[in-house]
Amino acid sequence: MDMKERMKILRHPMPEQEPKVRSKNFDEVPLGYTVEMAKEEALRCIQCKNKPCVEGCPVEIDIPAFIAKVAEGDFIGAAKKIKETNVLPAVCGRVCPQESQCEQFCVRGKKGEPVAIGRLERFVADYERAQGAVEIPAIAPPTGKRIAIVGSGPAGLTVAGDLIKLGHEVTIFEALHKAGGVLVYGIPEFRLPKAIVQAEVDFLKGMGVKVETSHVIGKVATVDELFAEGFDAIFLGTGAGAPSFMKIPGENLNGVYSANEYLTRSNLMKAYRFPEYDTPIVKGKNVAVIGGGNVAMDAARTALRLGADNVYLVYRRSRDEMPARIEEVHHAEEEGVQLNLLTTPIRYIGDDKGWVTSMECLRMELGEPDDSGRRRPVPIEGSEFFWDVDTVVVAIGSGANPLVQSTTPGLDVNRWNNIVANEETGETSREGVYAGGDIVTGAATVILAMGAGRNAARAMHEYVMSKK
Amino acid sequence: MAAKVLEKEKLADNLFKMVFDAPRIAAKRKPGQFIVLRIHEEGERVPLTIADADAKKGTLTLIFQTVGKSTKHLSRLEVGDEVLDLVGPLGTPTHIEKIGTVVCIGGGVGVAPVYPITQGMKQAGNHVISIIGSRDKGLLILEEEMKAVSDEIVVTTDDGSYGFHGFVSQALEELYLKKGTKIDLVVAIGPVPMMRAVCSVTKKYDVHTLVSLNAIMVDATGMCGACRVTVGGKTKFVCVDGPEFDGHEVDFQELVNRQCIYLGEEKICMDHYCTCAAQKGGN
Repeated sequence: MDMKERMKILRHPMPEQEPKVRSKNFDEVPLGYTVEMAKEEALRCIQCKNKPCVEGCPVEIDIPAFIAKVAEGDFIGAAKKIKETNVLPAVCGRVCPQESQCEQFCVRGKKGEPVAIGRLERFVADYERAQGAVEIPAIAPPTGKRIAIVGSGPAGLTVAGDLIKLGHEVTIFEALHKAGGVLVYGIPEFRLPKAIVQAEVDFLKGMGVKVETSHVIGKVATVDELFAEGFDAIFLGTGAGAPSFMKIPGENLNGVYSANEYLTRSNLMKAYRFPEYDTPIVKGKNVAVIGGGNVAMDAARTALRLGADNVYLVYRRSRDEMPARIEEVHHAEEEGVQLNLLTTPIRYIGDDKGWVTSMECLRMELGEPDDSGRRRPVPIEGSEFFWDVDTVVVAIGSGANPLVQSTTPGLDVNRWNNIVANEETGETSREGVYAGGDIVTGAATVILAMGAGRNAARAMHEYVMSKK
Repeated sequence: MAAKVLEKEKLADNLFKMVFDAPRIAAKRKPGQFIVLRIHEEGERVPLTIADADAKKGTLTLIFQTVGKSTKHLSRLEVGDEVLDLVGPLGTPTHIEKIGTVVCIGGGVGVAPVYPITQGMKQAGNHVISIIGSRDKGLLILEEEMKAVSDEIVVTTDDGSYGFHGFVSQALEELYLKKGTKIDLVVAIGPVPMMRAVCSVTKKYDVHTLVSLNAIMVDATGMCGACRVTVGGKTKFVCVDGPEFDGHEVDFQELVNRQCIYLGEEKICMDHYCTCAAQKGGN
């Protein structure tokens, strides 16, 4: 096909479950490209020489190279190409914010829409898995060096994948009973099926990575004890696990959840399948989700699927300042989540049994920009009003879990208790200890954590190989 | 990690003792800490306090009461069976030091978590008075074990079938506080009404009192906040900030409310379990 014809092809929309149908089930929302759609979309890539898309990718996938293989119909080859630098393509193809990364820099996006890089990545990863064509890549001869990774989220899994290939012995310690971190406890099934995360973890196990679940480092063993056990280097990827609350009256009433708890019950513990699964969850009829990020969207869409009549998303700024991906907001609204912008709760009111029955809110207006560059929400005086709700999910962010920091002498942290680490190498104040992902940056994205993991793995390899 | 049942003993009606093979946890646990277990793939995460451990043998002893589906299921495991996951030790250990006279109070199944604390307090050189109680004689546990680590011991039963007739809180007041015994610390673990009663007595006599709270938990590592309680007007997480808190500062009513969140679901779960067990023709 010549260039002119290629330029004429329009970006292929993603087939999806109908909003009315999907808001009642936990199945994945986007259905994925077909072979034909993928090939055609791949032809939209003009294979430009300077590859701006690659610079937008935190793990530097050779995007034009894999897309060229898709266009040729060599989907397995495309998957192999991606896996040279990304161990979690099926995950990234689903949850990366491509619009602000690779696709933002796509030349096709200058006039029209960028190539659907994320959808193609997802397609090839799914194709490879469905074909049973996932092959264990070549592993370098054993180096005799032992690596411990604390936390099995995106950062930890990336470090594990990179270092096992180089011939090191790699053990991941995970506090929960399933590996995957936020990919299993946080992101819902309808956005990231857990079977996919399991397949990616199994792939790493196939390469020889040991995964020790139900091991809380800081409790069952400290960082120093891991060194004493013979590990040569340790990566800390413990994530942003501590939920934030607003510290307003009534926040401990029954029916008020942190987003972490709400999502962990539903995703990790499968409360949406209660009583087949033992863990329960409150299935409210009028649910308020407080916050404007991706986690808030996940919680709101989960509440709908659990059978709520009304799900209100309550956010103190306006739509433009919402940190959630546009696509997530769009999906949530399509399904029936009601946005209540420029609004904030100031207290929750309960009945005599301690259950939340309503919340008092304030209307806000936008003032001058704050430190984040976004316009600061300012309360409108006298705008108080009451709102009947039976469930509240507080999704205003999470901080650092202090279990590892507080048991590791000499490990520097900042005032938010995030571990201080070199951005390029993940090095911390302790020799042989590296860190990356949300535990360093505060809550961010899957792919940024993977990028940090990639950098740390490189530095850890150099460190253990230079050590006598 | 999975853990095998090495020993099982029925202590009383609905009260079981199980010894698990869990060497890593056995080596690290300290008094006051707990574990979380999950019996099978569909199971919930159940927090249980550690009653005892043997670091040399690598074993961990749990004593639990069958109150809902999960503990019922657990009680039906036999020697040689495994639980799918056992994680710990969790929570902040009891602060143990020599302070003088310590009264260790356990009510019902609460005697189990009090036992290692009592042991620790005794080893630290304190004069240890134990007060353990139950509804009736048949439900009393660990009397001999507690006796062995205490300088004085009082046993109470609500119905008077054994020992002091009354509640542990009454025994504390009548036999010690009223008589002017100088007590430096009270540690009380048991059902909320019992801990509440002990606290109201010790508050009157201004004796520092620690209680161990059994809030509902999910991850039990500080990640979800299910177990939040108000202590001294501030929100704390029982799983990481506790489980022990200053009993005079705890908002017990809020704790009781929050323990009731899933009462309806617990019944559904139990019914579902009984139906399934019946269909499978099993136990």
